[in-house]
Amino acid sequence: MKIIRIIGKGIKDAFKSVFRNFSLSIASISCIAITLVIVAIALIATYNVNNITKKIEGVLEIVVFIDREADEDDEKYVGESINKIANVDSDKTVFNTKEELATQLREEDPNMALILDTLDENPLQASYIVSVKDVTKISDTAEEINEIQHVTSVRYGENIVNRLLNVFSILRNGCLVAVVALIVVTAFLVGNTIKITIFSRRQEIQIMRLVGTSNTVIKLPFLVEGFVLGIIGGLIALGISLFAYYFIFDYTNGTLFTNLAPLVSPSSISINTAVVLLAVGGLVGMFGSIMSARKYLKI
Amino acid sequence: MDFIELKNVFKVYKNGVSALADLNLTIKKGEFVFIIGQSGSGKSTLTKLLYREERPNRGEVYVGGINVAKLRNSNVYKLRRKIGVVFQDFKLLPKLTVYENVAYPLETYGMSRGEIREKVLVALERVGLKERMHSFPNELSGGEQQRVGLARAIVNEPKLIICDEPTGDLDPKLSREVMDFIDKINKELGSTIIMATHDKEIVNRMKKRVICLHDGVLISDKEGGAYIENEDN
Repeated sequence: MKIIRIIGKGIKDAFKSVFRNFSLSIASISCIAITLVIVAIALIATYNVNNITKKIEGVLEIVVFIDREADEDDEKYVGESINKIANVDSDKTVFNTKEELATQLREEDPNMALILDTLDENPLQASYIVSVKDVTKISDTAEEINEIQHVTSVRYGENIVNRLLNVFSILRNGCLVAVVALIVVTAFLVGNTIKITIFSRRQEIQIMRLVGTSNTVIKLPFLVEGFVLGIIGGLIALGISLFAYYFIFDYTNGTLFTNLAPLVSPSSISINTAVVLLAVGGLVGMFGSIMSARKYLKI
Repeated sequence: MDFIELKNVFKVYKNGVSALADLNLTIKKGEFVFIIGQSGSGKSTLTKLLYREERPNRGEVYVGGINVAKLRNSNVYKLRRKIGVVFQDFKLLPKLTVYENVAYPLETYGMSRGEIREKVLVALERVGLKERMHSFPNELSGGEQQRVGLARAIVNEPKLIICDEPTGDLDPKLSREVMDFIDKINKELGSTIIMATHDKEIVNRMKKRVICLHDGVLISDKEGGAYIENEDN
């Protein structure tokens, strides 16, 4: 009961103080909200990058073309060599003879069937379709396969993939730097708000110290105040970022430029984003107030 | 061991001012002691050592058997709950009523409302301010404000009450009124009372033990003593 009463008083005092120093509280809350909106952008971007990368990984395959002169043994040799490579997911390696490919083409497109009929010889090359385990090493794997005897060429969507991954990593790192810088600034601003609170309540604090109030009870309202500022900032940031993301999701019909890059649905990331924003907000607020309480309370 | 014991206490402030030098003193439980001396003689420093607002540079300060000089900062509050302090400027919170001011320490200790009410009413009764409990400090006279300060100091029935110039801001009539209440509390609660003061009239009238400091050195300690004239300001 005693602890509940003390915590209750701490929370009451904290809320009183938020309203008493309203303009400063607004400044701190705005700063926290701005920081957290950027955290949210970084977070939502990361979810999407991961999602898109996974999607790309799913469709990304290396097509290995085999010399038209190669016989069945040679083709078999190529297949075995490919499967020996560590990064190759050997269970998914598929072999298509040139006859199979021709049949496939005829079925897909009647015009192609006509063209193929006019030719004396099947112009297609037998090929292996190879899946990799780690998509970031796909170019090394492709090169390795290219070295195998009887392989004439290998193809994969190298340029698009590399460019996309580069853009994403720049975006992610940029957000990270901005977030760290803003978190530091925000912590200082919260600290400053708490400093003002401490000064405006210095008489009360002095009396508390003299009448034997424990340090924890003296500090508690300031910690709660920092936490409350952080949580309010977090809620505002959450509202702004989710609303904006819902809007973007609707506007783009849930895809980014191409169907290959679908956006993550807002509902599936709402809870995670909320947890991260509120936790970061609360912690930054508390960190700021702990800094100030240590420096200015002198207890 | 006596209730309060100071052994070879030295206190030099950071700015080099020596406030106390080799002070030795014992005070028994329930005693009423005046500490007199000129401004800067070390009276306030001595009281601050007792409630651990200051630490001595050397020596030991025992209050109720505890060497408060060695008390950790995080444990000081436990000592202060057993000590009531009355200040010259009252140190009341202007936005709180008389009742709330007296209840304030107990609230921060986490006591229940019922318990707080009981104790606050007893304390206000003792200082004769029960009728004014809903007033705000600025609606009271100086003497009444100091009695609220006194009520706050005694609300937790402390074993030691330290008064730092409690009548310094009051006229002689109000001073006498406040002193009568302090004397009454000393008798009723049996609390030890240590009072730093300049007030010659009060010291002479009360006929209690008088300790006189001069430049941080104890120069006289007499039972039923009077204000030392040549130390008068």
